Amino acid sequence: MIEVEHLSKTYGKKRAVNDISFNINAGEIVGFLGRNGAGKTTTMNIMTGYISATSGTVRVDGYDVLKNPLEVKKRIGYLPEHPPLYFDMTVYDYLMFCAEIKGVIRDKRRAHIEQIAETVGVSQVMDRIVGNLSKGYKQRVGLSQALIGNPPVLILDEPTVGLDPKQIISIRKLIKDIGKKKQTIIVSSHILSEIAEVCDRVIIINNGSLVAQDKISSITQSGLPTRLIVRVLGQEKHVKKELREVYGIKSVDVIGMREADSLDYLIETNGTTDVRKGVFNTLSRMNAPILQLRSLDATLEDIFMNLTDDKEGEE
Amino acid sequence: MFYIWKKELKAYFYSPIGYVFIAIYMFVTGVFFYISNLQLASADFVQVLEALTLMFIVTVPVLTMRLLSEERRSKTDQLLLTAPIKLTAIVLGKYFAALTVFLITIFCTFIYPAIIGVLGELDMAVVIAGYVGFFLMGSVMIAIGVFLSSVTTSQLTAAIATLAAIFSIYILDSIIAGMSDSWFSSVLRSISVFSRFNDFTMGIIGLSPIIYFISMSLIFVFLTIRVIEKRRWSE
Repeated sequence: MIEVEHLSKTYGKKRAVNDISFNINAGEIVGFLGRNGAGKTTTMNIMTGYISATSGTVRVDGYDVLKNPLEVKKRIGYLPEHPPLYFDMTVYDYLMFCAEIKGVIRDKRRAHIEQIAETVGVSQVMDRIVGNLSKGYKQRVGLSQALIGNPPVLILDEPTVGLDPKQIISIRKLIKDIGKKKQTIIVSSHILSEIAEVCDRVIIINNGSLVAQDKISSITQSGLPTRLIVRVLGQEKHVKKELREVYGIKSVDVIGMREADSLDYLIETNGTTDVRKGVFNTLSRMNAPILQLRSLDATLEDIFMNLTDDKEGEE
Repeated sequence: MFYIWKKELKAYFYSPIGYVFIAIYMFVTGVFFYISNLQLASADFVQVLEALTLMFIVTVPVLTMRLLSEERRSKTDQLLLTAPIKLTAIVLGKYFAALTVFLITIFCTFIYPAIIGVLGELDMAVVIAGYVGFFLMGSVMIAIGVFLSSVTTSQLTAAIATLAAIFSIYILDSIIAGMSDSWFSSVLRSISVFSRFNDFTMGIIGLSPIIYFISMSLIFVFLTIRVIEKRRWSE
């Protein structure tokens, strides 16, 4: 659906986007992850035809954004970082204007707007002036704007930024619901849990370059934990001895005391056995309660921190 | 283009700008009309139109300052530039909206020559020619204003720049009038906006001044499009 090839954008001497290539298939929900200033917005602005790339191509549904900008723009609904709202219009007038310029057929405009307003949850504010709405509603109106004309591709730039937790949850839910309708969605964010929750696949950008792209599940290695930390109430000597006998455990070491009377142990496994059950059974048999058991394997967070570890220094 | 035009026209009348613009014109035209027509008992309305051209200095900035600068400041240009419409349509839609407000204003001032027509003898041909010239000259000024509102994100900067630009055109015209003949003065004279208007005030609708005014307007509309297009590459 979307093919991005060797995309670069330079501002004077600064490279905002550096040779980025990726493909997105129809119906996918892809997360665009990167720290602030990594080049997410620039890439999205190029894909939507708002600005031009210094080099490289973007194709949507086979159309080149430079050669056939109108065909590309017809297929993309874009919610920029700052929702492009006219503060002096009513919500209805605003959405009507969007429907007009996006070429929705005259007879269908009204019903179309009402249906989108229903989905996004702005029906009750249709007659209010956009400028007077709360931030959450403004964001929703912005999202409605992107949905107008049922574009096959949705590009949402930080759709939850600046919202309160309740609004964030409802916007995420909305995005997931929209994704079920087989629309291709690209969501940018600097929040990992958001991407993990909403998207099928993640593209990580750092300093204008693409550093990783993979399925969320394979990036976080859904495989078995190889290192575990267990906090146990009981005598060190016994616990160590018994644990070492559990099938699949290679080594057990004490790494410290975090809670009174208990010790934290680091367990390394052979990597092919799930030792958690054995650990539980053994310790429970010797009446040594487990206070905590967690895997030390890389989370999305760790991977992100590793990948975007900035060796060129902070901006 | 039609929808951009419609939206801008609505915006003029949602805000006070449209009304203020018309009111200023009606008021000032009324004052001039009173002084030069009623008090002097003259039926020469074109004098009033000539005096009114001075008003462009203050009124055109009011009309055009918002048009493109505000879109960029509030980032709503992202909506327009990523919608499936051509840039030319966006700029023309906005330009025509400003022209429409100007045209509505002109229609409103018809009441003054109508009064002359009722009370005395009105030279219709001269008035019509005067109005055509007045409108064409206004369209050039508005095109300049649209262009200047595209180069900045601040309404105030756009307004001041437009005011300065139109003011310079007037100054330039009075300088040309006082210059002795030389190749330089003839070059200046060939681009002078004002001298083109003089034909109309004498009741002549000539082809060349019409072409001049229209092409001047087009040049500035074209420059506006170029400025926005250029920005996509540099920003």
